Amino acid sequence: MNFAVLQFPGSNCDQDVVHVLRNVLGHSARLLWHKDSSLGEADAVVIPGGFSYGDYLRTGAIARFSPVMCAVQNFAAQGGLVLGVCNGFQILCEAGLLPGALIRNRSLQFRCESIFLKTATTDSPFTCQIPQEKLLRLPIAHGEGCYFADEETLGRLRANNQILWRYVDAQGEATEQSNPNGSLDNIAGICNETRNVAGLMPHPERASEPILGCADGRLVFESLIEALSQAQTEKAA
Amino acid sequence: MKAKIIITPKKAVLDPQGKTVQSALAHIGYSGVNDVRVGKYLEIDLAGPDRETARQQIDDACHKILSNPVIEDYRFEIE
Repeated sequence: MNFAVLQFPGSNCDQDVVHVLRNVLGHSARLLWHKDSSLGEADAVVIPGGFSYGDYLRTGAIARFSPVMCAVQNFAAQGGLVLGVCNGFQILCEAGLLPGALIRNRSLQFRCESIFLKTATTDSPFTCQIPQEKLLRLPIAHGEGCYFADEETLGRLRANNQILWRYVDAQGEATEQSNPNGSLDNIAGICNETRNVAGLMPHPERASEPILGCADGRLVFESLIEALSQAQTEKAA
Repeated sequence: MKAKIIITPKKAVLDPQGKTVQSALAHIGYSGVNDVRVGKYLEIDLAGPDRETARQQIDDACHKILSNPVIEDYRFEIE
């Protein structure tokens, strides 16, 4: 598969995403500078973490107006798969490609630790390869990861099964203690209504090899790859 | 002309900064502080031709980029 990995001034997880896609999973991944206005032949787009534009104004607020984001808007509108990680999630919310917003952690602290994540639904291109009851052990590193949406939006997310991941404890329970940032309903990741755009605060690319202590993050990328290859098979048939 | 813009977190949005400032105020002896909300203040110098165009421009910019309508309210005046 061909992945496009976006680079904004201040992105800092771009090379990690490329490494996992290329060297760990054996797919093609190309870095795209934020001034590029075309995604080329990309099958999917990953918007990596970091601090685009120094997080000025609000996280992701300035990056969403980069030329490359126009291309991402069009790509997503045509059903293209887009995954945003951490700052990428924040950018997708600011761009209106995902509902809600990510605000300052309730504790006001920057949280840098490993958390447990429960996949709420495997019915998405981002979760289809994750075993139903498996808890993912993934790192987080953010100061603005508290997911907020108004009641109506939250209701829609629940009704349409758009909540993909929740922060849980080691037993798989979504408790207040297991919620690192105060996110509503322990939400760690969501997708859009058409299920082709998703974002999450934890970093799957930082936990995709056993040498890093955990390879659970691979399952997110493997889901994407499986979804893409299924789509290509259907297209060919 | 100058636009003075105030952006505040919406009522329904948790404002941990405001809560921290509130408890700091109480801690150093300021009593009767019911609530604190921490927002942003922006001053924009405008070369715009007239007040009404400036108003429309700033309103548009506030909606599009300067604030996030999901979590923030804004108000402004043109001087």
